[in-house]
Amino acid sequence: MCLGIPGQIIEITDTDRYMGLADVSGVRREVSLLPVTEGPLDDMVGKWVLIHVGFAMAVIDEDEAQKTLEALRGLGEAQETLEQMAEGDKALEEVR
Amino acid sequence: MRYVEEFRDPKAAKSVLAAIAQVADEIGATRDKPVHIMEICGGHTHAIFRYGLDKLVHDGIEFIHGPGCPVCVLPRSRVDECIELAELPEVIFTTFGDAMRVPGTKKSLMQAKADGADIRMVYSPLDALELARRNPDREVVFFGLGFETTTPSTAFSIQQAAREGLTNFSVFCNHITVPPPIKALLDDPHMVLDGFVGPGHVSMVIGVHPYDFIAQDYGKPLVVSGFEPLDLLQSVLMVLEQIRDGRAEIENQYARVVPEHGNPASLAAISEVYEPRPTFEWRGLGEIDESGLRIRDAYAAFDAEAKFGIGYGAAKGRAVVEEPEGAACGLVMTGRCKPTDCPKFGTGCTPEMPLGALMVSSEGACAAYYQYGGARATEAAE
Repeated sequence: MCLGIPGQIIEITDTDRYMGLADVSGVRREVSLLPVTEGPLDDMVGKWVLIHVGFAMAVIDEDEAQKTLEALRGLGEAQETLEQMAEGDKALEEVR
Repeated sequence: MRYVEEFRDPKAAKSVLAAIAQVADEIGATRDKPVHIMEICGGHTHAIFRYGLDKLVHDGIEFIHGPGCPVCVLPRSRVDECIELAELPEVIFTTFGDAMRVPGTKKSLMQAKADGADIRMVYSPLDALELARRNPDREVVFFGLGFETTTPSTAFSIQQAAREGLTNFSVFCNHITVPPPIKALLDDPHMVLDGFVGPGHVSMVIGVHPYDFIAQDYGKPLVVSGFEPLDLLQSVLMVLEQIRDGRAEIENQYARVVPEHGNPASLAAISEVYEPRPTFEWRGLGEIDESGLRIRDAYAAFDAEAKFGIGYGAAKGRAVVEEPEGAACGLVMTGRCKPTDCPKFGTGCTPEMPLGALMVSSEGACAAYYQYGGARATEAAE
C-alpha cells in the first residue's frame, strides 16, 4: 500500500480544493494536487505525478513514469491499485 | 540466472551483481559470515522475492526483512477496535483494502462486513470525505493506517473537512513512523545489522535527514532506494561500498523522486494535524517511544478515538493481546527468524487462512515466502 502509481494530469477540476483529473493507465481518477502545487494550478496540466492514495506526491518525468508503471506491473501492484480505485467508486454508490 | 532476464535491463543488472560480488569478496563476506542488510520496507521485501534478488546476489549477503509493512505491525487489538467502531449502527467504517483480511482476536473486518457491519473499502481518504458529504445522517470513520507516505493524505483530508465544516467525518488514527522502530532494533543486543536499505516513498515525504542518527549515533550506512529491482541492487552495492570504505552515511539512490528535505506541503499538513504519542504498540516490537501519531486537540472533532472513546489513546484503556498461539509473528517481524522457521508456516497459517498479518499482505515477509517459495523449490528440483 506504500507504492504510488504514476498518472498524467489532464485537467483541473476544482481550484478551491486543488483537485485535478489524472489519467492512470487509461483510468480517470480525481486526485488532490495539494502536495505538489507550487505555482499556478493550471501549470500542473500535462505533468506526470506519482499518486499515492489519491494524492499527487511527486512530479516525475514521463520516462520515470513509464519505468515505474512497468515495475508496478511486474509486482502485480498496478492492477491492484486500479481495482482499489474501482472499489472506492463502488463504495460511494453503495446504499444502505 | 533465470530471473535476471526479467529485468528491464538484464545487462545493467548483471554488471551491478558483479560489482556487488567483488565488494562482498573484498570485505570478506561469506555464507557463514554474511553481511546483514535490512530492507525496511515491505514493498522492497516483495520486490526482492518477486525477482529472486536474495538468490542472485553474492551468498555473503543476507537480507533481513524489516518492520515496514503497516498492516503487519498492527496489533490484533487495533483490528478489534476497528470492528467495535464499525459495528456502531450510525457508523460507515471506511478502510484501505489491505486491512480487510487482517485477523483480530475474533474476526477480521471482512468477516465483520459479512456479519452486517457497514464497512467499505476505499482507495483514498478523499472517498471517505465524499461519503460523509453524501451521507449527512451517518458517521463516516476512516481507518488512518500507514507510515509517513500515507499520513499526509489523512492530514489533508482532516484539514479539508474542517474547512467545509463537516461534522460527520473522523479518522481512526493509527499512523506510525519509520525511524523509531529502526532505533529500537539497533538498540536490541540480539540484532546484528550492518546496514539498511531505506524506503523511497517514505523519504519522498520526510526526506533523508530523519535517518541521520543511524549513521551518526550507530555508525551504520543507510541508502534510500527505489523499488525497481535494479534500484535495489544499486542500493545494496552502495551499502557494501560504504562498509568497505569504513563510511557510515545516509545516501539517496532514489534522488529522481526523493528530495533531500522531502515534501514541504505534506510535512506542514502532518505537523499541523498530528503530534507524536508518548508511546505506541507494535506487533512483535511492543511499545516504542514516539512511534505513533495522534490527532492534535485543535482537530479533536475529527478524531474517532475522542469521538467514540475507542482506540489506543481512548480513556477507557486498552487490552494487551498476545500473539496467535504457536506462531512466531513477532520474531519474524523483527527479522529474528525466517518465516519458514515458524511452526505454523504453510500449515496452520496460509494466505487463505492467515493467523497473522504477515501472511495477509503482499508486503508481508510470510506471504512473500509463501507466494514465491514454492516456485523456487520446483526450480531447484529441475
